[in-house]
Parts: sequence; C-alpha cells; structure tokens
Amino acid sequence: MIEIHNIHKTFGDKKVLDGVSGVFETGKTNLLLGASGTGKSVLLKCIVGLVKPDIGSVTFDGTYFTNNKLDIRQEIRRKIGMLFQSSALFDSMTVQQNVEFPLKMLTPDMSKSERMDRVNFCLNRVGLEGANKKMPSELSGGMKKRVGIARAIAPNCTYLFCDEPNSGLDPLTSLKIDELIKEITEEYNITTIIVTHDMNSVIEIGDKIMFLYEGKKLWEGTRDQIMDTDIRELNEFIFANRLMRDAKKVEDEVHEEAREEQEQSKDSNGK
Amino acid sequence: MLEHFGKYLLFMSTLVVRGESPRILFNRTIDEAILIGINSIMIVAIVSTFIGAVTCVQVSYNLTSALIPRSTIGFMVREMTILELAPTITSIVLAGKVGSSIAGGLGTMQITEQVDALEVMGINSASYLVLPKILASLIVFPMLVTLAMFLSIAGGYVAGTLTGALTAQEYITGIRDAFIPYNIVFALIKSVVFAFLISSLSSFRGYNTAGGALEVGAASTNAVTNSVIAVLIADYVCAELLL
Repeated sequence: MIEIHNIHKTFGDKKVLDGVSGVFETGKTNLLLGASGTGKSVLLKCIVGLVKPDIGSVTFDGTYFTNNKLDIRQEIRRKIGMLFQSSALFDSMTVQQNVEFPLKMLTPDMSKSERMDRVNFCLNRVGLEGANKKMPSELSGGMKKRVGIARAIAPNCTYLFCDEPNSGLDPLTSLKIDELIKEITEEYNITTIIVTHDMNSVIEIGDKIMFLYEGKKLWEGTRDQIMDTDIRELNEFIFANRLMRDAKKVEDEVHEEAREEQEQSKDSNGK
Repeated sequence: MLEHFGKYLLFMSTLVVRGESPRILFNRTIDEAILIGINSIMIVAIVSTFIGAVTCVQVSYNLTSALIPRSTIGFMVREMTILELAPTITSIVLAGKVGSSIAGGLGTMQITEQVDALEVMGINSASYLVLPKILASLIVFPMLVTLAMFLSIAGGYVAGTLTGALTAQEYITGIRDAFIPYNIVFALIKSVVFAFLISSLSSFRGYNTAGGALEVGAASTNAVTNSVIAVLIADYVCAELLL
C-alpha cells in the first residue's frame, strides 16, 4: 500500500500539485486520471522520487520514503518497477539485455542461467517469446511497452508504476496492454499506479480512480461510482472523452467507406 | 557563469557518491575506452600526420639563412609537436568528436527517460553513465596523444624528405638534437588535464539536457564550445605552471 500525504509541488510560478493526499491499495490497479497538464505525471514522479515535492510525504507499506535516509530510499526503489510513457528502453541494448539489466544490477548474486530463465519467463509473460535478440528500434510501440513491462517486473517488483501506458497505441493494443497490467497486478498482488487520461482504461481496469484537476484531487472512487458523480469538471472530462471516442469512431467509419469505394471503383475500372 | 560552475561542481560530486561495484565500473570503463579510443584513431592519425607535414614545410619555408643548419627543421617539428600541437590539436579534435558524442548520447538518454529509468531502479545514473566515460578518457587520451606525437614527427619526415627541404639524415639529426624527456611528461600531463575537462564538461552539458531533439543539438554544440575554450585556457595555465 502506498500513502501520499499533502503533496505540493511548484515549478517557478506555476503550482503543479496543490495538497494531494490519498491511498493506493495493494493488488489493485489505481488510476490517476485527468486531462493533460493537471499534474498526474509530476505526482507519479514525486511518488517514485524522481521529483522532490516541496511539501508532503510518501509512505510505502508503512516505510517513510520522502526525505528518508538514502539507503532506505534505495531499498524501496529496488522494489519499484516503472513503465515510462516513451517505454525508456536502453536503445544500445537488445530486448534480452534490457530485461536482464535490472537483474544484473540489483541481484548480483544471481547466476547467468537463473537470469536467463527469469528473462525468458518475463518475456513469455508479456507475450514476446523469441524477441530476445531484437533491438528496441526494431519493435513496434506496443512491443516496446511490453518489453518495458517485462523489465519492470523482472526483479519481482512490489510496486508497479505506469506513466500513460496507452499513449501512441491503437485502441486494440491499448486494451491488450491494459489487460496485461491488470493481470500482472492481480497475479503478483502488487500495488499498481497508472497515469492515464483514457476513459477506456478506467472502464476496463480501474479498480480505484483518483481524478486530478489543476493540481488538486477533485474526486476519488471506483469505476462503478465514476458515472454517478456530480463533479462538473469530472463530468466534462468524461463527456469530452466520449465525444472524442465517438468522433474517432465516425472518422474510422468514413475512412473505411472511402477505402471500400476506392476498391470498388478500381474493380470496375479493371473490368 | 558562477551558477553554472557551481552546478558543475555539484554534478561532479554526484559521480563519486553511491557508485556501482568496482567490477561494473571496470567493465563499463573498458567498454567506453574502446568506444572512445578505437573510433578516434583514424581522425587523430590523419590530423596529426598532416600537422607534422605542414609544420615541416612551413618551418623549412621560413628558414632561409645559410647560417642555420637544415637539421633545425627536424628539431623545430619535434619541439612544436611534442609541446603543443600533438596534445592541444588532438584534444581539440577529440573535443569535437568525443565531446559531442558524449553530450548527444547523454542528452538523448535524458529526454527519452532512460536516465529516469536508471534512477527508478535505484542506480546512481550520473555515476553509472558518466564516471566510466571520464575514466576511459583519462586512459585513452594520453595514448592518442602519444600516437599523434609519433605520427606528426613521421609526417614531418615524409613531407621534408619528399619535398627535398632536407635529407633524411638531417631530419633525424634534428629530432634527436637537445631532446628533453620532461617535454613528453609535460605533454602527457596536459593530455590528462584536457581529457578530464572535455569528458566532464561534455557529460555535464549532456546530462543536464531538458526538452527535445533541438536541446540535444544545443547541448552537443555547447559541449564542444565549452570544451575547446577550457582546453585553450588549461593549455596556457599548464604552460605557465609546468614549464
């Protein structure tokens, strides 16, 4: 379980986080929901320690993290797996080396064969068996995310953080990535926090959702409760998401019709 | 200016706290030394050979007095090469090649969140990424400068004898005349100082990149500019202090 208490963060004159508090439960997919620029990613970075909050604290399973001794912070960090928005794979390494890297660095006592077994297990788990020798530049966006997940879970992480795991992916691949994260969370009983602005993710995998607006927590609840809320900003966000989804649907249908017409005219010309 | 210097000092101090195990550091340093060294041999060889050749031809052009023996050309090529041209010009060339590569590589890692990925794993990214580059430069630069000294003198020999400016015997007599072994030590000390400045300044610029591709390009340019200026200032300081 991860607890955050009264997190404040300011960059220059801009207040990005304004007293955010909350609890993220173990074995559940906890979603940080909000439009772009509302401080979701900054909050995630504050939790993992990449950004230091001006005020506030983060606790991992009762152990104080923010401003604690370096070795205690390091010990907690070694239990963290993170999937970055850009996947952040090391581009000079193969898929296998990327997944093996945290094992090499964090568990030096592990033998080479044990490491290889673990790498292959993790790659199989994310559906990438046989991709060991590929370079990140040879992978599609969805595959990169899968490798990122494999790398995150390789050292048996207790906490999994995902920063917009669906960004740049088509709806079907997004769904598969969402399902994979959900499965892994439940299978290993880990605490997962996902930053997203995608309502599909909320509907599919959101066990607990925290809605951020202009750096403040406006709402917190489950996916069943989210449609019944009377928070105007959240309703606007849901409405805008639906509108975008419908517009995308119409756009896809128009493209499909145009493509079919084109094929038909090609056929008739050919005859 | 002072703010940048302060940040640079703080950055350097992060390299030595909570570093990785000696085995990882050793392996990473060897990898970086191969990257920096092997990839730079060709450019250093070409530049230093031609610098030696041009120095020989220009000295010979200026030495017209019959009272000065022709072997003086060889002597002057050796002195200029060892004291100044080999360490300084090689370092300036390496500032362009190695410095921009270090800054570009680290900058790209920074903007694609690869550095954050290391930090989240509990690894000191500065120590893991930068320290091996600096150590590798400290090992490889003196080797490249030694190669440059040898090839410059050889370049002078080829140019001098082929153009008929002096005979092979005169050139060899010149390069053996009044040789001071300390000059070699001086050149190697300079190469170590330049290696540290180039690798650390370029790493500092690259590691602190924020933004996108444009900023990575700017970081590379700044790395080269800062390194070249630092090398020239250090060159003067070394000459004042050590000669």
